[in-house]
Amino acid sequence: MNRDVAIVAFGQTGHRRACDELSEVEMLMPVLHEVLAATGLKTSDIGFTCSGSSDYLAGRAFSFTMALDGVGAWPPISESHVEMDGAWALYEAWVKLQTGDADTALVYAYGKSSPGSVRDVLTRQLDPYYVAPLWPDSVALAALQAQALIDAGETDEPALAGVAARSRDAAHANSHAQLRGPVPHGDYLVRPLRTGDCPPIGDGAAAVVLAAGERARELCGRPAWIRGVDHRIEPHGLGVRDLTDSPSTRLAAERAGAFVRPVDTAELHAPFTSQEVVLCRALRLGDDVTVNPSGGALAANPVMAAGLIRLGEAAARIHRGTSDRALAHATSGPCLQQNLVAVLEGDPR
Amino acid sequence: MSNAPGKEPVAVVGIGQTEHVAARRDVSIAGLVREAALRALTDAELTWADIDAVVIGKAPDFFEGVMMPELYLADALGAVGKPMLRVHTAGSVGGSTALVAASLVAGRVHGTVLTLAFEKQSESNAMWGLSLPVPFQQPLLAGAGGFFAPHVRAYMRRTGAPDAVGSLVAYKDRRNALKNPYAHLHEHDITLEKVQASPMLWDPIRYSETCPSSDGACAMVLADRAGAARAPRPPAWLHGGAMRSEPTMFAGKDFVSPQAGKDCAADVYRQAGIADPRREIDAVEMYVPFSWYEPMWLENLGFADEGEGWKLTESGVTELDGDLPVNMSGGVLSTNPIGASGMIRFAEAALQVRGQAGEHQVPGARRALGHAYGGGSQFFAMWLVGAEPPLS
Repeated sequence: MNRDVAIVAFGQTGHRRACDELSEVEMLMPVLHEVLAATGLKTSDIGFTCSGSSDYLAGRAFSFTMALDGVGAWPPISESHVEMDGAWALYEAWVKLQTGDADTALVYAYGKSSPGSVRDVLTRQLDPYYVAPLWPDSVALAALQAQALIDAGETDEPALAGVAARSRDAAHANSHAQLRGPVPHGDYLVRPLRTGDCPPIGDGAAAVVLAAGERARELCGRPAWIRGVDHRIEPHGLGVRDLTDSPSTRLAAERAGAFVRPVDTAELHAPFTSQEVVLCRALRLGDDVTVNPSGGALAANPVMAAGLIRLGEAAARIHRGTSDRALAHATSGPCLQQNLVAVLEGDPR
Repeated sequence: MSNAPGKEPVAVVGIGQTEHVAARRDVSIAGLVREAALRALTDAELTWADIDAVVIGKAPDFFEGVMMPELYLADALGAVGKPMLRVHTAGSVGGSTALVAASLVAGRVHGTVLTLAFEKQSESNAMWGLSLPVPFQQPLLAGAGGFFAPHVRAYMRRTGAPDAVGSLVAYKDRRNALKNPYAHLHEHDITLEKVQASPMLWDPIRYSETCPSSDGACAMVLADRAGAARAPRPPAWLHGGAMRSEPTMFAGKDFVSPQAGKDCAADVYRQAGIADPRREIDAVEMYVPFSWYEPMWLENLGFADEGEGWKLTESGVTELDGDLPVNMSGGVLSTNPIGASGMIRFAEAALQVRGQAGEHQVPGARRALGHAYGGGSQFFAMWLVGAEPPLS
């Protein structure tokens, strides 16, 4: 029996191609202030703090230590960090709240992809002995997955273009998105993926506040209750996986209770159009589900924060009353290797 | 606490580590971590199928040149189809990783969790990996020693401790390591004179008062009460665990005895019902990468009053046969695969209360503290384990 925990506040930056004039801390601080102001909490009120970021994006060791300055960790705070997307920082914080050691948690994530070539940087995630030396980049690997999907008859290029158009059309309503409105579908970047099938490269940060039980109701008019959250990982070797399916997403969704009742909304962390197709199949999402009303990662994809943003966007719709039961998904690794699914609900209206 | 159902007791039922050495050229990174994990499973008499989730930790990814290596290590650690979390909290990470794994059990999310930390430092040069200049930040100088030496000097000035105290710590820890088959340094011909005659690296820290650079991994299997009941060997029970962080530098920061360390220890003692740590704790594995950190942490952790820590060291209290043995395993001064060093402290504390520390066992140890720190003396992780289950 899980303890009732809810997302009670969410904030994110306006995601941009490059924030050269801002350090990671400067990019993050307004977002932290936003979620604290929304709940009326101070740093010293927070029971547990957890963040997600990557030294490889920052280009130096221990990069997350500087972000602590933005949090204002004085007097000292109970705090942890995952070298993962912020969605997993949220998971660690949710676990902490399950133990009863804390009633509130601040979760944040940030990433600046602009200083380097993120396609090349992500190749450093691959098996260091057999794959990384070949430098297969993230778009090339996603293209392998897309081609496998087309070969299996699960989609075609016009359908992928449709996913791209729908996402960026939806992003019209999202003032934080980097790409909004009609975007040319462009030339092939790596066949069969065109530029329009791929996420924008950009910098951004996000933060959420979690609270347990009655504390959540005190801090938020309509808390987004985490009814279930789970994450699963698949083998690393692409050759031993069926790239047209995402069994880890399906298993995480089962464990999170996603199939008990239908959801009305799904925020999926699908950086490539073809990956949305894979995820919708794995999650058995019907046409009646609103998928990525924020525009998703195709509209803004700040690496390390984009997964947490899916949870935040889904929660924000529950806060606003535009959703009653939403699924949020985050991914990590090449071709959807690792996946997290959360089911969020609002109190009955 | 609102609607909190009370924590599930957490037991350490399996422990495994590699023989730590300067360079494990015979194994890949996957081979290294799998070796420690298999030893922990063997100790617990469990198989991969018994593990519900894997929590892995290590220090900066640059040390091996692999970004988020847990993705590549999922297969080697039997994590496929399971949840896998990757923790990174600087030098304290080995301890933090164990605490995150413990939370999964305490919060009743999972019943049996494999936790592991590693570093394969031979893949790169850690000292220079830690020396990257950061714009608008005070440079860390040459490696961690350059950062910590001034704080050691501040401790000496503040307390009037004799110059030789650091060498006593190193001499003790290196001798303790001779009783630990897993330790990296086995200096059979070590003498106090040799420690004191070793080259000065970062005044006042000499070469023999400095941690080595190691390849190694450490793993533990954590289980709930039911898992502990099935365990083939006596478990170590978690009585208290906490993490605390403070900023790297700010006006008023006490680098000698950081507030975050004091707060973290106080939280652990409160959970464990410890009123007098010096009397109630039987053995300590603390993170001492440079010799002088033993007396400094003795004060920070409440084992000695301010300014008095060096007297415990000097009078032999922290020797293996002393009244409060510290770093029975040889400590970080004898073995330092950075990301794993904190978990080795936690695991060695657990080995003591399980009575399975072999030649470096403290007879009758019932309660032991594992301690880790990292960053600019700003990240702290600690746990207190006991031979008996917690009362509540």
